[in-house]
Amino acid sequence: MPLYVEKKPEVLITEDGVRTDGRKPYEMRPVRMTVGILDKADGSAFIEWGGNKILAAVFGPREVHPKHLVLPDKALVRTRYNMAPFSTPERKRPGPDRRSVELSKVIREALKPAIFVENYPGSVIDIFIEVLRSDAGTRVAGVNAASLALANAGIAMRGLVAACAVGRVGDFVVCDPNHDEDMWGDADMPMAMLMEDEEITLLQTDGPMTEEQFREALKLGRNAIRFLYEMQKEALKRPYQVVERSVRGVV
Amino acid sequence: MFESEMLTHNLLKEYVKDLVSKGQRIDGRGFQDYRPIKVKEGTFTKAEGEAWVELGDTQVLVGVKADVGEPFPDTPDKGVLISNTELLPLASPTFEPGPPNENAIEVARVVDRAIRSADAVDMSSLVIVEGKLVYMLFLDMYVLDYDGNLEDALTLASLIALGRAEIPKVEVKEDGEIEVKEEKWKVNLKDLPINFTFVKIGGQLLLDPILEEEQVSDAAITLAIDKEGRVCSIQKKHGKFTMEEILNATSIARSKWPEMAEKVREAI
Repeated sequence: MPLYVEKKPEVLITEDGVRTDGRKPYEMRPVRMTVGILDKADGSAFIEWGGNKILAAVFGPREVHPKHLVLPDKALVRTRYNMAPFSTPERKRPGPDRRSVELSKVIREALKPAIFVENYPGSVIDIFIEVLRSDAGTRVAGVNAASLALANAGIAMRGLVAACAVGRVGDFVVCDPNHDEDMWGDADMPMAMLMEDEEITLLQTDGPMTEEQFREALKLGRNAIRFLYEMQKEALKRPYQVVERSVRGVV
Repeated sequence: MFESEMLTHNLLKEYVKDLVSKGQRIDGRGFQDYRPIKVKEGTFTKAEGEAWVELGDTQVLVGVKADVGEPFPDTPDKGVLISNTELLPLASPTFEPGPPNENAIEVARVVDRAIRSADAVDMSSLVIVEGKLVYMLFLDMYVLDYDGNLEDALTLASLIALGRAEIPKVEVKEDGEIEVKEEKWKVNLKDLPINFTFVKIGGQLLLDPILEEEQVSDAAITLAIDKEGRVCSIQKKHGKFTMEEILNATSIARSKWPEMAEKVREAI
């Protein structure tokens, strides 16, 4: 028996739009992105977003095994989204379940339009996403991290892919739903965009939204994604930033 | 849809794209037309509710089996609905036997999500004794012949099968024994969430793609509309869309909903 009790808050959002973690509808949780934190992977990234802690690593382009999967004219892209057994309140049985199989697929399809697969015929690009701690919005956090890891691995890309979830709680369209809103909110819509042309590469919805709410959600998602994209660029540049200091009096 | 498993001849690709640029499709339909939908007469299974649906040359058979069991601990006041899709090897040369692969899982979850997000099945009506005993509905989706657009075909068939389902009543006696009665009850469908699948070819949105169109498409998306015209579930598949294209797809789907819902009601 799990030693964990799910506590449903009395109100998910107040009439003035204050959420269970004190945020306003359009506010995002704090995000930190770090690039290149793994030694053996060709590219890696770590994202901390609210209570999420997610690692992404990229291997490749490298030789394809098993051989029958080889694509003669382009690179094969494989993605594995995995949740650690200790990433959830109740221990998660290790190994892929139906949810993570689906998420691996949608994340791959979110990232693939960004990769110049035709540059690497006959090879494979493996993307691994490990959720160490989960707190709503793991797939979009994973996409942000994986996109950074791809860039960090030096893979030719059309642009970065940035992602954010939006949702609906009552009459409010909210940015970056938290755990409570994910569990008891009315709608959840993760989305990702290829930032070269701002085209949507990941879009899922679970829960009803009127035409008007849907439009608002799409727009809010795009604005949030633009913000995350700026963060991604900063995170990529950070290891290469010029360090400058006066040496007078030190030597 | 299953791009890595199939190689499409470049000539076909060119041909389909060329047709689309002239405003035509291989089978002569308009961009926003469904293929003919037929619900087969007769009984084919021992399920409590079933539907054999033909969407053009795509054929699917959905059966709803019922069982009684314990509810999930976090939802003691709700019944259980479990969805599964089988891509049978007899449905396509590219389908192989074995446990459900990524595509089968995705299709099952897309149909399930449409039904669940619209609250189509009254889950609290499945409760017999709260926290102890509930009806469990198993939605088993069989793909018999694959010529594209499984999502829409399976959603239609699932709704019909659920709407037709007649389930034996049960009574819990004082000693805790469960008696299955002759009498039956019908599953109440509160909503008809319909999935609409579009592919993008040469910048155009095509509703209800056939296999060849799926293979050569630049992008694909499935979205569900409920009875109030709200978008209740979306699954973008491969490729990319602009925001305008997505809004366009939702408005086409919304305008098509009454026609499709009528087909489902008729069949039930």
